[in-house]
Amino acid sequence: MIKTKNGRLCYGTHPDFDRGASLIRLLLAGIFLFGWTSASTDAAEINIGYLRRIDPKSTLSRIQTPADNDGIAGARLAIDDNNTTGRFLNQQFSLEDVRLAGGANAVAATIALVERGVSLVIADLPADELLKAADAGSPRSLLFFNVGASDDRLREEDCRANVIHTAPTRSMLADALAQYLVWKQWRRWLLVVGSHAEDKLYGDALRRSAKRFGARIVQDKVFEDTGGARRTDSGVVQIQRQLPVFTQGAPAYDVLVAADESEVFASYLPYRTWDPRPVAGSAGLVPTSWDGSHDQWGAVQLQDRFMKQFSRRMTALDMQAWTAGRMIGDSASRTRSTDPKAMLDFLKGPDFALAAFKGQRLTLRDWNLQLRQPVLLSDGRMIVSVSPQEGFLHQVSELDTLGIDRPESQCKLK
Amino acid sequence: MTPKTSIGRSLRRRRSRFAGTRNCLLGMSVFVLIGAQASAFTAYVSNEKSNTVSVIDTDKFTVAKTIKVGQRPRGIELTKDGKFILVAVGDDDTIQVIDVRTHEIVATLPSGPDPELFTQDHTGKILYVANENDNTVTIIDLERRVPLGEVQVGVEPEGMGLSPDGKILVATSETTNMAHFIDTEMRQIVANVLVDARPRFAEFKRDASEVWVSSEIGGTVSVIDPVKHEVKKKITFDIPGLRKEAIQAVGISITRDGKTGFVALGPANRIAVINATTHEVQKYLLVGQRVWHMAFTPDEKYLLTTNGVSNDVSIIDVANLRIIKTIQVGELPWGIAISQQ
Repeated sequence: MIKTKNGRLCYGTHPDFDRGASLIRLLLAGIFLFGWTSASTDAAEINIGYLRRIDPKSTLSRIQTPADNDGIAGARLAIDDNNTTGRFLNQQFSLEDVRLAGGANAVAATIALVERGVSLVIADLPADELLKAADAGSPRSLLFFNVGASDDRLREEDCRANVIHTAPTRSMLADALAQYLVWKQWRRWLLVVGSHAEDKLYGDALRRSAKRFGARIVQDKVFEDTGGARRTDSGVVQIQRQLPVFTQGAPAYDVLVAADESEVFASYLPYRTWDPRPVAGSAGLVPTSWDGSHDQWGAVQLQDRFMKQFSRRMTALDMQAWTAGRMIGDSASRTRSTDPKAMLDFLKGPDFALAAFKGQRLTLRDWNLQLRQPVLLSDGRMIVSVSPQEGFLHQVSELDTLGIDRPESQCKLK
Repeated sequence: MTPKTSIGRSLRRRRSRFAGTRNCLLGMSVFVLIGAQASAFTAYVSNEKSNTVSVIDTDKFTVAKTIKVGQRPRGIELTKDGKFILVAVGDDDTIQVIDVRTHEIVATLPSGPDPELFTQDHTGKILYVANENDNTVTIIDLERRVPLGEVQVGVEPEGMGLSPDGKILVATSETTNMAHFIDTEMRQIVANVLVDARPRFAEFKRDASEVWVSSEIGGTVSVIDPVKHEVKKKITFDIPGLRKEAIQAVGISITRDGKTGFVALGPANRIAVINATTHEVQKYLLVGQRVWHMAFTPDEKYLLTTNGVSNDVSIIDVANLRIIKTIQVGELPWGIAISQQ
């Protein structure tokens, strides 16, 4: 019941309608069910495997601890979206969750998936494991979608002709951040890099971006991980004393850029630096493929669908998996095929354009199978900006100003 | 008021009660004044961000009034009798009914959640609404203002185009990438046509020979044969100096004679003028930023476009294919409808 401006009452739903509507719904459901069962007898089936490591990940902030279904929830939503479309095209999509813990072997899991009739795999695996699984799947015509690993080498010297990447690379994320910081005229960076291998890789990507877009690293520091627990009862007392001292005496800088994929220190930096300076990178302003606060370009609809189904907000990993699922759905509906080879040819070709709520079409870099995509810059509560930034031009696609471009690529797809 | 009272009746009562009040008289005198000038029509523009509708006098091409409406107004149309403006206010999950004389919101329609675009049948008795959030098209009885039923379509339905005889409704679904052909009598899908990514708008030619569907992310317009349900031609756009990603086809308007089509190209900031017989692009007209939708004046002398990011409306002289004026409206103008009187 809604009150009009004049204080009169209007009824959103006529009471008589409620009964009628349920009848109509029942009838519709009946028609639909009839159509579905008669159609599904010869529906083309597309079985997708979801291969993931489920080793626990600890984060500094409790609210960033990943949910048990982080990633696969996005894939499930894409499968639902695909099946809504598939109902009109007589295609049916299914998803099989394969969880690897401890010493479980990704190669054995891959071969088992093939034996169960799976030809497409969405993988959330570390780089080395992904390569082994992909190589085991290659002679069996398995097509992989890498949704979890951001390593540039998977798209460069270690690229594979049967691995498509929906996860942005470290260099794409770093470039997206650098473009914004340079646009903002925050060109003097204090770079702090963690001591683990992946932190160093992100650090390298940030150094490359600084050089590319004209930022200057005034000091390059390492934050040594000396071990210890993420959470203790004495809490922030020591951190509050340590962090200002750690950042004391730095040359004049505009922004502190942190590379800490290992979750050791970056989230402790904001508000604790010796000089009052903003933080970006692994904390503060973070480049990411998705954020629960993103609501431009129709994204609200996807966010609402996700929230309704999973009762939590959609993460970057969920989005990367959703995108992989939708690429499978789109290529299946366009090619009317379930053959991974035909799908890959379509995805690499000029007719593929994915709508993924980022204001422009997403396409595939045919030289290394990396998905081109805008990158969001989030402060954890809001989207601050979306890169590529205005004015960073490119002869083919402005999206190719993010990450390693074709002329620099070391990838040779066989 | 008892719950059984129909809204239509209560409205008629309400209007007679208010007849003769100062407000109403003022509204009527404005109406009469506009009616007296042969060429003057009224355009209504929904401003997505400022939650208003700008009322434009198309004789002077100035904003005559701004009406406050609900949250996030987008799709906008006039009822066939010209008495009411219908505006979908998505974040309020309803369609508001505005009296064109008083500019007051007089009722709301049970549109289903998050309505965006809608269309009326030729009698003006039935409204078809796209509900993006639950993959349905809701059918509403406009006189009784009650829902009659719904049709399940693909993911995120948006564009709604009705065939001239009212028998076929084309609904586009943005994530399923299809134009669904719905038999309006049976209220059932009779065909699905795959088009390019994120289809947003559907428009029939007056002779029903073609239906045009725009794809925002695909950046194309599919010309569909409504009998064979096949894409017979795909219109593509190539603008020197612009990347493909910036060309995003949205609103479509086709002249009554079916000879010329206009397609709004979103962030390309241009309207493509298309020879609707050969489907070749004749010209690109530079308008404001992120152009969404368009509407002709009833004499088809002018075409008005809503330019989302630059907060203005461009007036195109249809015969000469030139922009003759730009009018500032509210924030993020989206939809537009023009009175036939």
